[in-house]
Amino acid sequence: MEITLTHYLVLAGLVFITGMVGFVVRRNALVMMMCIELMLCATNIVFAAFARLHGDGGGHVFVLMNFAVAASEAAIGLAILVEIYRRRRTVNVDDLKTLME
Amino acid sequence: MQSEILLRWIVLVPLLGAALNGLLNRRLSKQVAGLMACASVGVSFVLSVVVFLRLTGMEAENRLVQDTLGTWMQLGHFHVDLLFSMDQLGAVMALVVTGVGFLIHIYSLGYMAHDDGFQRYFAYLNLFIFAMMTLVLGGNLLMLFVGWEGVGLCSYLLIGFWFNEDANASAGKKAFIVNRIGDFGFLIGMFLIGTILLPHLNGDEGLFSFTVLREHAGLLAPSATAICLLLFVGATGKSAQIPLYIWLPDAMAGPTPVSALIHAATMVTAGVYMIARLNFLFVLSPTAMAVVAAVGGVTAIFAATIALAQNDIKKVLAYSTVSQLGYMMLACGVGAFSVGIFHVMTHAFFKALLFLGSGSVIHAMSNEQDMRVMGGLRSRLPVTYATFMAATLAIAGVFPFAGFFSKDEILWKAWSSGNTVLWAIGFLAAGLTAFYMMRLVVLTFFGENRASSEVRKHIHESPATMTIPLVVLAILSLVGGWIGWPHFMGGGGWFEQWLEPVFATGAQAGVHGAHTGAAALDVMVQNAQMNHAALETMHETGMEWTLAIISVLWAILGLVLGWFVYFKRAGIADAFKKAGGGFVYRLLLNKYYVDEAYDAAFIRPGYRLSRSVLWKGVDAGLIDGVLVNGSALVVYLLGSVLRLFQNGMIRFYAWTFTIGVAVFVLYLSFSS
Repeated sequence: MEITLTHYLVLAGLVFITGMVGFVVRRNALVMMMCIELMLCATNIVFAAFARLHGDGGGHVFVLMNFAVAASEAAIGLAILVEIYRRRRTVNVDDLKTLME
Repeated sequence: MQSEILLRWIVLVPLLGAALNGLLNRRLSKQVAGLMACASVGVSFVLSVVVFLRLTGMEAENRLVQDTLGTWMQLGHFHVDLLFSMDQLGAVMALVVTGVGFLIHIYSLGYMAHDDGFQRYFAYLNLFIFAMMTLVLGGNLLMLFVGWEGVGLCSYLLIGFWFNEDANASAGKKAFIVNRIGDFGFLIGMFLIGTILLPHLNGDEGLFSFTVLREHAGLLAPSATAICLLLFVGATGKSAQIPLYIWLPDAMAGPTPVSALIHAATMVTAGVYMIARLNFLFVLSPTAMAVVAAVGGVTAIFAATIALAQNDIKKVLAYSTVSQLGYMMLACGVGAFSVGIFHVMTHAFFKALLFLGSGSVIHAMSNEQDMRVMGGLRSRLPVTYATFMAATLAIAGVFPFAGFFSKDEILWKAWSSGNTVLWAIGFLAAGLTAFYMMRLVVLTFFGENRASSEVRKHIHESPATMTIPLVVLAILSLVGGWIGWPHFMGGGGWFEQWLEPVFATGAQAGVHGAHTGAAALDVMVQNAQMNHAALETMHETGMEWTLAIISVLWAILGLVLGWFVYFKRAGIADAFKKAGGGFVYRLLLNKYYVDEAYDAAFIRPGYRLSRSVLWKGVDAGLIDGVLVNGSALVVYLLGSVLRLFQNGMIRFYAWTFTIGVAVFVLYLSFSS
């Protein structure tokens, strides 16, 4: 069976929905961050697939840039989470709403 | 150096002194500060003399020096210049202001020697000289107005000089506010002039300059009455005439040299100067002239009666000043502008002397101002006493002191212009003047000293810095009037002759202007001509002699009566108070209850209005309630709705976000 664009897009969609649902239903901030990574990953797949389809290197550039964004986001997010955990002894986002007002 | 350039330095040197003293303040030692202040006024005086001498060298008709610093403002194709000009009138005023000002600066060195605010005091005093010189040398109405407001500011600053006492601060405020009421009239008068003249001027002429105003007096003739009355409202404020005189007696809260300089010799004559300067407008309106004369006459006698019963030495002199200013207004009102200015000058000498003398007395009496606890100072303060006597004789109008010449001339002009009632009022006031001045002298210098022994021990004659100006002013109070020695007594009337071009061409310009105005102005022309005729004294020598002799006798009678009532038979005044005169005495002592009447008629209603409507209604209700708190309330309500969406639950945000994106994507895919 030949692997077409549709396969890539379906895969990407599944990964994205997994990330999205995970982000919405889970309460653990660490897991939510991992879900964000999943969503970013899904977009990477779409970029790569279309780049391959059109023979255009621009998509790859975006993929690379996404890596960088994901890496920095993870670094900063984890740093914040560690700090929050030190102070509050929890990473449950439902408990973290002191900035509400 | 060119006279033109000198003119600006006459004005600017005192400003420089004020700036240095004001900015460096305590960093200067008292010696340096005082020396600098006196020197700057001295320089100004010397320069005035130099320019004055240049003026005397010119032809009588062309005596005018002008100095343009540049354009002040460009209004469309009109411009107002920073213009200083000195003609005969300006020269007289400049010499009086800087000359008397210089003497009072010297005097202040001694009087203020122990004061903490020494530098600040001299900064204000120099600033005042600057403003006053701008007023008298300003070449257009706007420059005059700048000086006009400037002297008002300095007056305020100096009345409230010892501002840590509440009474002084409120006296300053009173002076400022009352003056502002007058200035409002002045401003509207200027606007009126501007509105009428603007369509008729081409761009080359400096707007509001006196030469332009004089040339175009004809255009102003139809509205001359309104303009002159509005300007006169300004003059009543600055020159302390009824109904705006009330600030001047309270202004005595300032240091005594200030009372002498600002509230007797110079600033309060600004209104008289302004009327004399704009004589070509005033002669166009007989109504305005009549009002000026009447207000002047009534003020003269009104204030003189109040002065009869005051116990504070400075209050007596203050009301005396109001009364004398009334004489000047009376002179201007009957068309005798030069005589009005003559009285400005002689009054500057003897009234400055009276105030400085009273300052010397107050100094000796450890700051006591109540005459009831003075007395017997004649032997202890010989110089002060002698000079004070000279000033008293001068103000009473005894020949040959300065006051005789000017006051007699005013009364003669009132008589010869046919205003017999005004003459009678002025004559009566002259007698009262002599009487209350004698009362003041007797209570202060004669009899037994009534002070406490503590004060009595410290009585001493003032230092030389204070007595020398007294002596100089005493000499001026004697000889200062001689330059106006009238024709009928074999003199030359030089003073009047000197000023004649200013006022004669003024009257002619008025007549000429009225001619060019419109045919309907014939009445105006006649009136202007009549006023012009009044300027040219009718030489009824016999009548003049009679009136002069009567008025001297009248003055002496007043003096003798004062002597008799308060010294020889000292009980008479008290007996009068007991025997039914108590009502009159209280009325006079309380200044006809004018302050109380104003309080009830204007101040308290104004206060109530401010409190109930402006404060509670407009400020607290509208501005604070509706505008400030109202807009805050709107934002608060909006926020409390929006707050429901910000509950701090990240997963809720994520849901909304997801659903939002989903809806958006669906919309995009189905809409296309």
